Amino acid sequence: MQKEAAIREPLILGEKSYKDITDDVVGPIQGAAPIGWKIMITISTIIAIYGVGSILYLLGTGIGVWGLNKTVGWAWDITNFVWWVGIGHAGTLISAVLLLFRQKWRMAINRSAEAMTIFAVIMAAIFPGIHMGRIWVSYWVLPLPNQFGSLWVNFNSPLLWDVFAISTYFSVSLVFWYIGLIPDFATIRDRMTKPLAKKIYGVLSFGWSGRAKHWNRFEEVSLVLAGIATPLVFSVHSIVSMDFATSVVPGWHTTIFPPYFVSGAVFSGFAMVQTLLLIMRKGMKLENYIHVKHVEYMNIVIIVTGSIVGVAYLTELFISWYSGVEYESYAFINRFSGPYSWSYWIMMTCNVISPQLFWFKKIRRSLIATFILSIVVNIGMWFERYVIIVTSIHRDYDPSSWGEFHPTSVDVGIFIGTLGIFFTLFLAFARFFPVLALNELKTILKTSGENYKKQQANH
Amino acid sequence: MNKVFHVMYDDDDTLKDAASALVAKGIRVKDVFSPFPIHGIDPIIGVKRTRLGIAAFMFATTGTTLALLGMWYFMISDWPMNIGGKPSFSLIENLPAFIPVTFEFSVLCGAHGMAITYLLRNGTLPGMPASNPDPRSTDDKFIMEITTEQNAMSADEMEAAIKETPLFELSIKDYK
Repeated sequence: MQKEAAIREPLILGEKSYKDITDDVVGPIQGAAPIGWKIMITISTIIAIYGVGSILYLLGTGIGVWGLNKTVGWAWDITNFVWWVGIGHAGTLISAVLLLFRQKWRMAINRSAEAMTIFAVIMAAIFPGIHMGRIWVSYWVLPLPNQFGSLWVNFNSPLLWDVFAISTYFSVSLVFWYIGLIPDFATIRDRMTKPLAKKIYGVLSFGWSGRAKHWNRFEEVSLVLAGIATPLVFSVHSIVSMDFATSVVPGWHTTIFPPYFVSGAVFSGFAMVQTLLLIMRKGMKLENYIHVKHVEYMNIVIIVTGSIVGVAYLTELFISWYSGVEYESYAFINRFSGPYSWSYWIMMTCNVISPQLFWFKKIRRSLIATFILSIVVNIGMWFERYVIIVTSIHRDYDPSSWGEFHPTSVDVGIFIGTLGIFFTLFLAFARFFPVLALNELKTILKTSGENYKKQQANH
Repeated sequence: MNKVFHVMYDDDDTLKDAASALVAKGIRVKDVFSPFPIHGIDPIIGVKRTRLGIAAFMFATTGTTLALLGMWYFMISDWPMNIGGKPSFSLIENLPAFIPVTFEFSVLCGAHGMAITYLLRNGTLPGMPASNPDPRSTDDKFIMEITTEQNAMSADEMEAAIKETPLFELSIKDYK
C-alpha cells in the first residue's frame, strides 16, 4: 500500500470511513433543499431572466444598444468574454494538470471546479455569439460548403482559431467531467429510494457497475484525457490572447500575451473557485473534505500566477518605453495617466498588490481573508481585460477619431445576467450532482485520511 | 447447474489479499465490483491493460490529418485568397498559421474518439441497466464474482476455500 509522510497534513479530516464519504456527499442530494439554497437560486434566477431579457432586446434591436462606437468597437462584450473564459481555466487545470502531477488535494475540488469551468465557458460563448449581431447566421464561422462563390472562412485568423479552441475546450471539458461523474451517479442511483429519482440517476449513470475491467479503462481514459487536456488549457487562452496580439494596435501587439493571459486566466479561475467553494463547503457541510489546507494550496497557486501577472504588467510597461516606438509608449502612458487611469490603478491594486498578502501564512490560511481577496481578484481581473481592450483602442493614430466608451444599461444588464445564469447553473449542480469526486476521494482515504494517518503514526 | 459466488468484503485490501489466496489455490476470479479502482487487483485476477490509449492516439492522428487536409483544400487549393499580404501559395508556407486549428482538431478527435470507444467497449450507455450484484458495491463494499463454469473445482471445494478468506457476506446463486 502507498504510504504518505506523517507530517503531511491530512486531506480528509475526522474519523471517516468509505460509507461516511458516500453519506456526506449523497445525503444532501437525498434530503430536502435547504432554505438558503432556495433563496439563492430564486435571486440568481431572477437575475438570469433579466439577463436573458437584455440579450433578447439586444438581438431584436441591434448592437447599437451597446455603448460601442466607431472608435471603441470592442468593450464590455469582449471583456466579459475573456473574463469568463479565464475563469473557465481553473477547472481543467485542477483536474488535468494536477492529475498529471498526482496532487491528491485536487480530488476534493476538481468536480465543482470543472462544473464551474463548463458553466463559465458557456457564459463566455454567449458574448462573441451575440456580438455578431445576427446570431442566426453564426454558423457562418464554420467551414461549410456554400453558394457565396465558395467563400471559405479564414484559417489564418485568430478569431477563427478561437472558434475551434473554445468549442474544443468546452466539449472536451464536458466529456472529461462526465466520464468522472458516471461512477458517482451510479453510487447515487444505488442509494436512491424514490423510483423516479432512481430512474433518472440510472439513466445518468449509463448502467455503470464498477467492474475491474471498467475501472482499468476508466483510469486510462482519465489519464489520457488529462494528458491531452493539459496542452489544451494552455492553448485556449494563448489563442484568446492572439485575438489581440496578432493585431497592429499599440497595447495589444505584444509577444508576451500568450503566457501572460494563461497565467491571468489561472489566477482568476482559482479566485472564482475559492469564492464558490468557500460558500459551498459551509452550505453543504463539507468542511472535512475542503478545509484550510486545500484553501492554502489554492492560495499558493494564486500567489504564483498573480506574481507572473504582475511581472507581465511591468514587462509590458518597460518594453513600451525600451522599444522606442512612440505609439507604443503613448499607449501605456495613456493607460496609467489618461481618462481610464482609474481602471488601470484598480487593476494594479487588485491583481498585483492584493495577492501578495498571501505570503503571510495567517492570511493564506484565513477563510474570511481568502474569500474577500478572491472577490478582489475577480474584480481586478475583469478590469485587466477592460484596460487592455478599451484603453488600447480608444485613442488610435488619428486624434480626430479619439473617443470614449460609456456602457449602457444593456451592457450592464447582459453582464449581470450572465452572472445570474452562471450561479443558477452552479446552484443546480450543487443540489443534484455529486459535488465531490466520490470514487477518487475514496482512493486517498487510506493514505490521506486523518484517522488512517494517526493509526500509521502509532505503529 | 452452474453456481455463481458473490463474495463481499468490507475493505479493498482484504479483497485483494483474498483474491491472491484464491488464485494461488487455482480458483479463477471472474470479476470484481468495487466503488473505486482497486490498485493492483488487475494482475491478480488477470485483467490486461486496456489498449484505449492506442485508440486515442489513432483518433488524434486522424484529426491531425483531417484538419490539414481540410485547410489545404479550403485555403490553398479551392479558393486561395491574399489576406493581409499573406498569400496562400502552399501548405508548407502557410503551416504556422494552421498549427492552432490542427492542434485543436487533433485534441477534439482524440478526446471524443477515445470517450466514445470507452463507453461502447464498457457497454455503459444512457439507459443501460446496472449489473452490479449488490447496490452496496458502489458505496463501501467490494464484491468478487466467481463461477463454477470457469473453474474445474467442485462447488463445495470452492465454497470451503472462499469461506477461509475474511469475507463479509457470501451469496451463492444457481444459473443455467
